[in-house]
Amino acid sequence: MIRVVLPTHLRKLAQVGGEVQLEVPGRATQRSVLDALEAAYPVLRGTLRDQVTLQRRPFIRFFASEQDLSNELPDAQLPDAVARGAEPLLVVGAMAGG
Amino acid sequence: MSGVRVLVGTRKGAFVLTSDGKRGGWEIAGPHFGGWEMYHLKASPADPNRLYAAQSTGWFGQLIQRSNDGGKTWEPVGNKFVYDGEPGTHLWYDGTPRPWEFKRVWHLEPSLADPDTIYAGVEDAALFRSTDAGQTWEELSGLRRHETGPNWAPGAGGMCLHTIIQDPVDADRMFVAISAAGAFRTDDAGKTWRPVNRGLRSEQIPNPTAEVGHCVHRLAMHPSRPKTLFMQKHWDVMRTDDGGESWREVSGNLPSDFGFPIDVHAHEPETIYVVPIKSDSEHYPPDGKLRVYRSRTGGDEWEPLTKGLPQSDVYLNVLRDAMAVDSLDPCGIYFGTSGGQVYASADAGDSWAPIARNLPAVLSVEVQTLK
Repeated sequence: MIRVVLPTHLRKLAQVGGEVQLEVPGRATQRSVLDALEAAYPVLRGTLRDQVTLQRRPFIRFFASEQDLSNELPDAQLPDAVARGAEPLLVVGAMAGG
Repeated sequence: MSGVRVLVGTRKGAFVLTSDGKRGGWEIAGPHFGGWEMYHLKASPADPNRLYAAQSTGWFGQLIQRSNDGGKTWEPVGNKFVYDGEPGTHLWYDGTPRPWEFKRVWHLEPSLADPDTIYAGVEDAALFRSTDAGQTWEELSGLRRHETGPNWAPGAGGMCLHTIIQDPVDADRMFVAISAAGAFRTDDAGKTWRPVNRGLRSEQIPNPTAEVGHCVHRLAMHPSRPKTLFMQKHWDVMRTDDGGESWREVSGNLPSDFGFPIDVHAHEPETIYVVPIKSDSEHYPPDGKLRVYRSRTGGDEWEPLTKGLPQSDVYLNVLRDAMAVDSLDPCGIYFGTSGGQVYASADAGDSWAPIARNLPAVLSVEVQTLK
């Protein structure tokens, strides 16, 4: 089970409380986790990554295990602690004013 | 009992203001979608309970929300806006080609007849249509593929399609306006388009009378006269009486002919309203006075409307989608400011009062007259 923490606005949009827990088939990567997240919560399509290119939106960051994973390749393995569910994948809206 | 519902989009959420037909007391509901930029909300003319809203942020992109109960509850619908085919390029600010890239929805225009059909004007400039109540969107790409498209360039606010006007008599005719390309018209329900900018003069472009390149800020039409349109251009207030074939300036005695919104009285097709702004860099009213100007002669002769509006130290702006009228008698006029006020007049502009004072910066104001 993969744990994902969404930013406040997206928790409201997806109508979820705290963490989201996802069954992710196969390897735990950004792509496979986001695929599972969007399948479970279709309203999130387009909010984290472009619906056509699947590129991460510029002000979306992915953190885990005190690392910034945002610029890792989409198919790179996520840290073992995330894959085991010991730690959540944090989806963060970048500090960019507002 | 008649009533009025005012839909206000702001930088940090949407608000729904309601009043009875007297328009004396107002209730404010919201914020809906707090923290999100609400560029525009608009109701279906065919079903007053059907509303659509454009919700976006720089972080999370574009969403479209739909309400079936007059704005009490909302549900997200489709937000996939994909340009038809290879997008091609337009001009960037520096004159270099730049690929078309979807950024946000500026304006939503529900069909006059079908609550499930709605048009969306977007940045980078294009027109989309949904015929399933917003679930899916297709581009009417004949507009963007016009031969002049590669030469369109953004205005300071982005290359946005911000105005969509449907002809109430000829269902195949529609007008749109793009900053900074100009006004366009279709006569075949959106398949093909042509610029309708003859008579416009813009000193800010190399050829001031070019076919495209004009920064049209807003168009307005009275439904009883679909061949007459009024335009607030970057500079100049204009009118056409032949469906855009030719335009003439009607700025007359305005203290400044720069501005953003323009609208038409619900019952007097020659009575129009603008909010003069000092200049293209000084986005506030001349002399620090918030004045709506009214012309009862379809332009040229204008009178300032000041009663109830602050007449000193006003340095606000009123954006292009932030003025609307109701269809009660007398006609109500409404506008919102960058300072978060919404002003209303229940007597066609003779007197004004704030109906909301401390909202986030107002991006859009639309009005529904409820029977």
